[in-house]
Parts: sequence; C-alpha cells; structure tokens
Amino acid sequence: MNHTTEELLIATIAEFLYGLKHIAVGVLSPIPGSAALLAKTYSDEVKKVSIIGSTKEPYRLDGGVDLFDCAGQGRVDAFFLSGGQIDGEANVNLTGIGTYPKQETRWSGAFGSAYLYFLVPRVILFREEHSRRVFVPKVDFISAPGVSAPNIYRPGGPYALVTPLCQFLFDRTKKQFLLKSIHQGHSLEEVRDNTGFGFEVPETIPTTAAPTKKILKLIREKVAPIIADPYPDFANKCWPNH
Amino acid sequence: MDSSIMSLAEMAKQIKNGQKIVVFKDCSVPMELGRTLIKQGIKDLHLVTVPTGSMLPDMLIGAGCVATVETSGVSLGEFGLAPQFGSAVKSGRINILDATCPAIYAGLQAAEKGLPFIPLRGLIGSDVLKNREDFRIIDNPFTDNDPIAVLPAIEPDVAIFHAGMADVYGNVYIARQAELKILSHAATKTFVTVEEIVNFNILEQPELAAATLSAMYVDGIALVPNGAWPLNLPGYYDYDRSSIKAYAMAAKSDNTFKTWLETQNRGPVIDSN
Repeated sequence: MNHTTEELLIATIAEFLYGLKHIAVGVLSPIPGSAALLAKTYSDEVKKVSIIGSTKEPYRLDGGVDLFDCAGQGRVDAFFLSGGQIDGEANVNLTGIGTYPKQETRWSGAFGSAYLYFLVPRVILFREEHSRRVFVPKVDFISAPGVSAPNIYRPGGPYALVTPLCQFLFDRTKKQFLLKSIHQGHSLEEVRDNTGFGFEVPETIPTTAAPTKKILKLIREKVAPIIADPYPDFANKCWPNH
Repeated sequence: MDSSIMSLAEMAKQIKNGQKIVVFKDCSVPMELGRTLIKQGIKDLHLVTVPTGSMLPDMLIGAGCVATVETSGVSLGEFGLAPQFGSAVKSGRINILDATCPAIYAGLQAAEKGLPFIPLRGLIGSDVLKNREDFRIIDNPFTDNDPIAVLPAIEPDVAIFHAGMADVYGNVYIARQAELKILSHAATKTFVTVEEIVNFNILEQPELAAATLSAMYVDGIALVPNGAWPLNLPGYYDYDRSSIKAYAMAAKSDNTFKTWLETQNRGPVIDSN
C-alpha cells in the first residue's frame, strides 16, 4: 500500500508511544499529534492524548497549568519538541540565530521547552527539515538543554529524533545520538551530508519499516478527522477526503 | 446595576502609558480593546503574555505601544512567525524578557497568593535562565544537593481579556478559560470586554458559578460584541482565518504593516442599535 512521507513519519513516531499512558502534544505539531492519536487508536493502554489547541473532548487540555502541573508530577509520559536548531547533545533552540538578544533571526521563543524537556521521560524531537542549518554542531541559544549535571532534578529528556531521512535514539549517558534506521530511498551518505553534528552508527543500518495496511487505515480513517480540528490545513493537505 | 459597566472608550482610558498589562494567549483575547488602545496612542507598555502571544502582542508591538515584552513565545501559530515582534526584538526597539510557559504561570500564581517568589523545576542550564537577571537558583532548603530555580512574582497593573458573558452585578462567566482567574487574581485591576451582559446573578447559578470570575476582582466591563475578532471565542465564533492570514502577510514589512494599521485596524461590521 502506498504511503506519503507524512504517513511514514506518523507511523515511525507512534512506535515510541504505544503503551504509554498519557501523551501530550504542543503547538505546531500536526505530525506528532497524529502519531499520538495513532498510538491511542491502536493501543488501549494509551489512556489520554492531550493536544494543545484542540477544542474537542477528550483531547483538549484544561489549560496550560494543567499540562505543566501534570508534567511536574510525572503524569505526562511523552511530549514532542522541535527546534530551529538542534545540536548533537540534543540542545534545542527555539529562540533565534545570532547573539542574544538582538539576534539576526528571532523565532517565537522557548514555549514550554525549558521545563518539559526536564520532566517528561520521553521527549521525541521532530523536524520536517533535515539539513545542516537545522542540525548544527552547537546551537546559538539553548532554549532547553539536552543533558544536565547529575545533581539537577531531571526525570525527563530527549529520547529520539525523527526526520524525513531517518530516526535516531538519544543516549543520555554518552550525550549523543545513535542512528536507529534510515527511511526507504535514503542513504547514510545523505544523512551525513545533511547533519552538522556527529552521531553513532550501528554496524548494520536497518531500513525504517513502512507503515502496514492496518496502520495506514487507522491513520486515514481514525486519525485524520480528529487532527483536522486543531490542524485543518494540515489535514486537508494530507487527506483531502478525510 | 454594578458601576463597573462602562463603555469601551472609558475602559481604554483607564489603561495608562507604562503599565504592566497581562494578556491571555489565543482565545479570550480582547482584540477590539487592543485596537482602541492603539488608536489612543498608548505607549511604553510592559506586556506579559500568558503564557504565549499571537496577533494582539504583535500588533501592539508593531504600533509602537510596547517597551517590554515578557513572554514564552510570540507566534501567529500556523500562520507563521510574529513578524513585528521579531523585527522589534532584532532591532532592540523593545526589551525582551524570555520565559518558559510554566514560569509565566508560576510567577502569576505567586502574585495571586501574595508570595514574593516561587520555585520551578527545569530551567537550569538553559540560556533562558542565564539571560533573566531576575531568575535565581537556590538550594532546596529541605534536602541536600538539589539546586532549584526561583522566580519573582509577576504583579501586573492590569489584566485585560474578552469573555462571553457578564452580569449586571459585575461577575464574568469565563467558561472553560479557567486560567483567566489567575491573570485577574494576580493583577491589581481587571478590565473585561464581553459579548453580552445578562440581568441575573451568574454566581447564583450552580452550573455557572465555578467558571465565573467574581465581581470583587473586576474593575470594568464593556459590552463589545465580536470583541475577540479576528481571533476566536469558544462557544461564540471561530477564527476568521482569512483576516488573520491577511494580517500575517501585511505584518511582514513595516510599510505594509503601517498601511494595514491605517486601513484595517478596525473591528468587524456589526449592528449598533
């Protein structure tokens, strides 16, 4: 069964989410949001998906305080972050490029990252652009650090990084990414050419599994209509007949 | 009748140059009041966005009303970056106090409890903390070797928001936007624009009372139908996507923003009887 890149990314991210109790999704995250919904549709063990920006039960949050307090208590199992820049130690920059504060490029700001990155056990990093301007040797501004000193309270942190070329796992002890698989049609050379930081490579590199028929059916029939509430433009683009 | 009911113009005049104004993120945004403040030529505001901001802060910044913005992020969401915010920060025209979402909530929660500061997990090792002289790291006094960030209370002069319904007694029904209570409790004064004003006491209705801000906290209510346009008000109207898109385009350059401000800085056409 043919699938789109978006559907591959949704299925790939969902692999990290099956069986988790509470998955929360931040702003501007249609693909992670779809992955969270897929995990919930697929597995009864996922009890709650919270989507910032959703107006519909049961996905809407009772405000931001609710999300941050939940995370503070360890009641959020997975969350997603992206960044204008991400470096090899999984530092995330959502703030801007250049010398702070009068940066050459100013993005929105850190949002919840400087808190949630510390507290949510599985933070999945995701970016739709895999390039050297995104994956840099060192971020210009650490909106949220990838790793912390041992005495800093930190039950959470980076778990994996998914891009349109490949997926990495993050090793918090070694403070580096480990290549997990490369998507069909892409090569290690292409990943290296487009990644500004070093990463560990396994002896044999698997190809990312394509989404099964069952998964694609769930995405198209169950996930698409729900993600269309917070992300109408995304849903219309990916599944015009949803 | 409660004396807190006033006209939009009277309300706008109570908000002064240089005040610390707190606004909520993406619904309950008092856009018409914002447009009125721009026309009034308000200046030097210290804008606190809870916890992030979209079109209202971008518009106020572009119109030259803001000296400092305290925020976890200003963005037009799926319509892109907030261009006027971005260029004002880049050029140094405004001071930026970068925060993270729960830090804004925590600072306001400290204020509503009358506390001088509040601890918050996370933050340590980030450049957000490093660039905030008012954020500190202390040792947890109850255990060994547990550094924790502490943040000062955020005490705004004024909270402004838009809601569906107020009553003639000055109570405001905030529906599911429970966090509006935090803004209002933290601020010295609260001004609210509403879609409708009802004659019964909302606090006497058990189903509504829990989602109602008591008149004790409310200093002004103005009847402003469609007051959140082109943003949404849950239960009343959805986003006017084409108008937000038009703004997102116009705000990309100072010239087109200026034209937008002169020609488009008005509410939707509504019946005024």
